[in-house]
Amino acid sequence: MLIAPQPMHIPDGFLSIMVDLLLWIAAIIAIGYSLKRVSQDLGERQVPLMGVLAAAIFAGQMLNFTVAGGTSGHLMGAAIATILVGPWAAILVITSVVAVQALIFQDGGLLVLGANIFNMAVIGVAVSFAAYYAVQKLARGRNWGVFVGGIIAGWLSIEITALAVALELSLSGTSPANIAIPAMGGVHALIGIGEGLITVGALAFLHASRPDLINQGDQPPVAGSVIWIVGILIAVGLAFIAPWASRHPDGLEWVAAEYGFLETSQGPAYSLFPDYIIPGIANEAAATVLAGIIGIFLVFGVAAGVAYFRRKRQTSS
Amino acid sequence: MHIHFLDPYKPRPSLVHELDPRIKFILTVAFILTTALTPPAAWPVYILLLAVVWAVAMLSELGLSIILKRSLIAIPFVLAALPIIFTMEGPTLFSLNLRTWTITISQTGLERFISIAFKSWISVQAAIILSASTPFPELLQAMRSVKIPRLLVAIIGLMWRYLFVLADEALRLLRARSARSGAGDPSRGRTGGSVVWRARVAGGMAGSLLLRGIERSDRIYNAMLARGYDGEVRAIPLPALRVIHWLVLFVGLIILVVLLVLSYIISS
Repeated sequence: MLIAPQPMHIPDGFLSIMVDLLLWIAAIIAIGYSLKRVSQDLGERQVPLMGVLAAAIFAGQMLNFTVAGGTSGHLMGAAIATILVGPWAAILVITSVVAVQALIFQDGGLLVLGANIFNMAVIGVAVSFAAYYAVQKLARGRNWGVFVGGIIAGWLSIEITALAVALELSLSGTSPANIAIPAMGGVHALIGIGEGLITVGALAFLHASRPDLINQGDQPPVAGSVIWIVGILIAVGLAFIAPWASRHPDGLEWVAAEYGFLETSQGPAYSLFPDYIIPGIANEAAATVLAGIIGIFLVFGVAAGVAYFRRKRQTSS
Repeated sequence: MHIHFLDPYKPRPSLVHELDPRIKFILTVAFILTTALTPPAAWPVYILLLAVVWAVAMLSELGLSIILKRSLIAIPFVLAALPIIFTMEGPTLFSLNLRTWTITISQTGLERFISIAFKSWISVQAAIILSASTPFPELLQAMRSVKIPRLLVAIIGLMWRYLFVLADEALRLLRARSARSGAGDPSRGRTGGSVVWRARVAGGMAGSLLLRGIERSDRIYNAMLARGYDGEVRAIPLPALRVIHWLVLFVGLIILVVLLVLSYIISS
């Protein structure tokens, strides 16, 4: 398999509409602001640079290495993109990657695209940026800052994104918090090591061949400090909320119910009280059978029609 | 080996392929939205939604088997929803006592799980039909006409154009590594160096791929400037929508609304 579906890309149907909508709004705000910032910083050069970089990140996700026992490490790319082009451009680059994965390869759903963009492009980039520049500040321009910063940014971007995915699934009532959060967090703590190692390997290569590309941002730019604070808040926030939520799944459920994230709970389909009978349709079972019959007629009717017209076209030509 | 097989677009002489990309895009998103909005366990409506997808698949002449095969992509994620079978409260369907543990399967949980998996499966098939019946440049134009920022669309368009070039480069890098025995052969227990060493090799490959991408983007930018690029990516606009297109859109949306209303009647 060249394109390995990663457990980060949420397919359609797994998030409740409310969670979906909120994350779309958050993603749109982040993308809109990034577009504005990048237009100022890069000007007309931005389209080719970010387009090709997005293609490179996409292709880079094909690069893997064996870890042990048939599992392999992959690159996600949020951390390395952030280090190379800065947070605002990285948000747009990863957004493009995630959008193409959903639109063309169905890796991640269309309706939940906002959530996937928010998780991978916004959270992943903000956390990478915060971690990388925190270490850079500690290192004061010494070389180890690049590598330690790279590995921490790589690992943290995967781990925090995974916690966000687990939290969103729990909020949507798709997965219980006390199972989803430890499971996603645990698996991605390991996957994140692969990401961290590849990130640092890529940084080592670039440090040797084009040091100007990674050393241009020794200090976080002043205007970038907004995203720095946001990144730290997201990382620390999720790191505290996740264990709390997994220990108190009822608490999360209460939040979900209180704010209308859960779809109004439905009664069992086969109820003992037959007092809601749809006019003309005796009960649920009959309705299901009827739907099946209509469906079969529809599909076979269209198939027959297509076959008929195809034959007609062939005979006439 | 080239990576062109990545392109999911499959040309066919069908009505679905000929439909205006804007209408196709809007109807696909509306279909997935409808599917998402249906309450859990509205089985008759799920069956009708599936019938709609399959009917469109038949109409597109893509062949159901291609769509079904590709729709398996979302399967691994279903695992994430599996635990709700056991944890959701509701009438008990099945209970198993294992000394200290009691495994209980609730009916509500099982219904919810099957609903999530089924809805997800229907949605992914709709998305597959869209991407298999619409060339990507047309899809980009459709995205622009629904007011997605043109800069973002331009970036995604350029990404698509160079995706195959850079994927080919990645394949060459992978082949070069295998040729130098750097990839290892896990089936025979040969792994080639330590894990850290292998990760460093993969990292070096990723770094070189990114560097090549950045340098290529410089050349592309110069080429674009030479051809009069002024920061604006222009495309020939799509032809105006004809009455028949509006009709298709209207009828499609009405069918979806009827199905949605039906799902709430059934499960109320």
